[in-house]
Amino acid sequence: MAILNLIKIALKALKRNKLRAFLTMLGIIIGVAAVIAMMAIGEGSKQSIRSSLSGMGSNMITIMPQSNEPGGVRLQGSSIQTLKLEDITAIERLKSKNINGLSPVVSTNGQAIKGGYNWPTTITGVSPDYLQIRQLKLKDGILFSDRDVRSFAKVCLLGQTVITNLFPDGSNPIGQIIRFKNIPFQVIGVLEPKGQSNFGQDQDDIILAPYTTVQKRITATNYLQSIYASAVSESQSDAATTEISDAIRQSHRLLANQNDDFQVRTQAELISTISATSSMLTVLLTAIAGISLFIGGIGIMNIMYVSVTERTREIGLRMSIGARGRDVLMQFLIEAILISITGGILGVILGVSAAYLVSFLLKWPILIAESSIVISFVVCAITGVFFGYYPAKKASNLDPIDALRYE
Amino acid sequence: MEKKILDIKDLRREFVMGDQNVRALKGISFDIKAGEFVTIMGSSGSGKTTLLNILGCLDKPTEGTYYLDGVDVKSLNKDELAGLRNHKIGFVFQAYNLLPRTSALENVELPLFYNKEISAGERKERAIRSLEAVKLAERFDHTPSQLSGGQQQRVAIARALVNQPVMILADEATGNLDTRTSYEIMALMQELNGQGKTIVFVTHEPDIAAFSSRTIMLRDGKIQKDTINENQRSAKEALASLPEADDY
Repeated sequence: MAILNLIKIALKALKRNKLRAFLTMLGIIIGVAAVIAMMAIGEGSKQSIRSSLSGMGSNMITIMPQSNEPGGVRLQGSSIQTLKLEDITAIERLKSKNINGLSPVVSTNGQAIKGGYNWPTTITGVSPDYLQIRQLKLKDGILFSDRDVRSFAKVCLLGQTVITNLFPDGSNPIGQIIRFKNIPFQVIGVLEPKGQSNFGQDQDDIILAPYTTVQKRITATNYLQSIYASAVSESQSDAATTEISDAIRQSHRLLANQNDDFQVRTQAELISTISATSSMLTVLLTAIAGISLFIGGIGIMNIMYVSVTERTREIGLRMSIGARGRDVLMQFLIEAILISITGGILGVILGVSAAYLVSFLLKWPILIAESSIVISFVVCAITGVFFGYYPAKKASNLDPIDALRYE
Repeated sequence: MEKKILDIKDLRREFVMGDQNVRALKGISFDIKAGEFVTIMGSSGSGKTTLLNILGCLDKPTEGTYYLDGVDVKSLNKDELAGLRNHKIGFVFQAYNLLPRTSALENVELPLFYNKEISAGERKERAIRSLEAVKLAERFDHTPSQLSGGQQQRVAIARALVNQPVMILADEATGNLDTRTSYEIMALMQELNGQGKTIVFVTHEPDIAAFSSRTIMLRDGKIQKDTINENQRSAKEALASLPEADDY
């Protein structure tokens, strides 16, 4: 018995009862659509958390000072003055292939003033690399140059919040002079707004200036609050961390038995923690959706049982005209599989559209993984076989004599 | 000597019902040659249905031998029996047993779906030829609900013919029909018989048996009478002699 014939027979049987086939399918359609939509939403939120973290620079490495004295009063990192420009030079000297950006950070709070407006903010002294490390972008104007750094130039870049508060009239800040702690700075560039960080910090409330300028003209210090570096890729950040550590230990002349007087941190840990949380969410959502797929499967089984009972005479007839038990088994199994696979296809379409609708209406991030489509499709086919088998077996075990005379 | 289509020797069939042994057939022997039109008659409880099930290869005898077209039915397993039913027997039932919401053509095609040697094209062609044989060719796209009882039974006969069986086995095929339509069906049967088809017709109506060439009478699980019908009635003539249907 050619399988093609059996598929034709099953198709014809389904066609005789279109509405019922569709209603049975509906359970599967909704189940699959739910799985796909839920996975798309879950994966999307995971991806968006990831990208907002990497928006802070996922390859970012921060080097903070810390006390290496095990006893005594522990001091807050910012009041420890162990990080120096020599450390930067030491790291630069590595010419590491794992590191593609390096910037000292010197920052201080103060009042920024422009004409009749003022705004309490933070000025951060950095090198030009900083923008790339923190993934900041210039919206307008230019970045200060290495020459500006060498000449302690009084130039600065403004974040959006600062602009809003110092230039409420909406005039173009570029070329204008603002004062920070009474030092005049010329605005040479404007940063793209970045919004809040994941921790509720306003990332646009910043003024960036060459670190030399901040050190010499405002803070009058020669130590660094921190050093920012960036690894070429997330996977290289461990290697970069080790290299940086070694370079700083050397430059600090630490002996092998001495602890680090600094700490090097990457974003990787944070990312993995948050990803794990959102993975759990995805699993949970998918499990709920999976249950509805399971219920859809039970729906198939139920209808197939009803169908077998209702079509007992048909089964008897088919057997009397030469259908073998296994032909009947295959017919009902194929019917169940056709229902579940058609339902699966429609479910995939519905799920994908629902996911896009959610992203369109609610502006939720979505990510439709091919794997989720493949998986739910395979699960569907298995559901069809699994829930279709017992009714089909029942049909094939019918005695043609009884089936023919079944009322 | 004509070829024996059916050869039955000392056929017995017993059922176990609880602790009782019911003997439905108590040793039946007969044979049917190609081209015969045999009616099997008997009152209910005579073993008629049991015999029919065995003749139709739906059931196997407890004892005795049954050769259908030279094949020893008793030695076959379930799947081989199904194949035999598909190739050698054309069933016609009292309740037609057509698939609902399915066109006449597809109903007729049905047995060929279980015969893998037949291509889709040949399947359709043979189904159309079968429908032509029962004079329903122009109704091939009608579903059973769009056909009268007699027409439905003719579709069922076309379905029985489509696999070119060695024997048509009819079970009370006129039981659901009025006299005129019954005669029409019997006329069709006689016509098919005239073309050389072997027909075994199970009925309890002596009226119907008169159209056959031979009648086997069962009683209490045994053959009571096996008579050749000397003056076989022509269904066509019977039909002509029926009074015109009254107009109400």
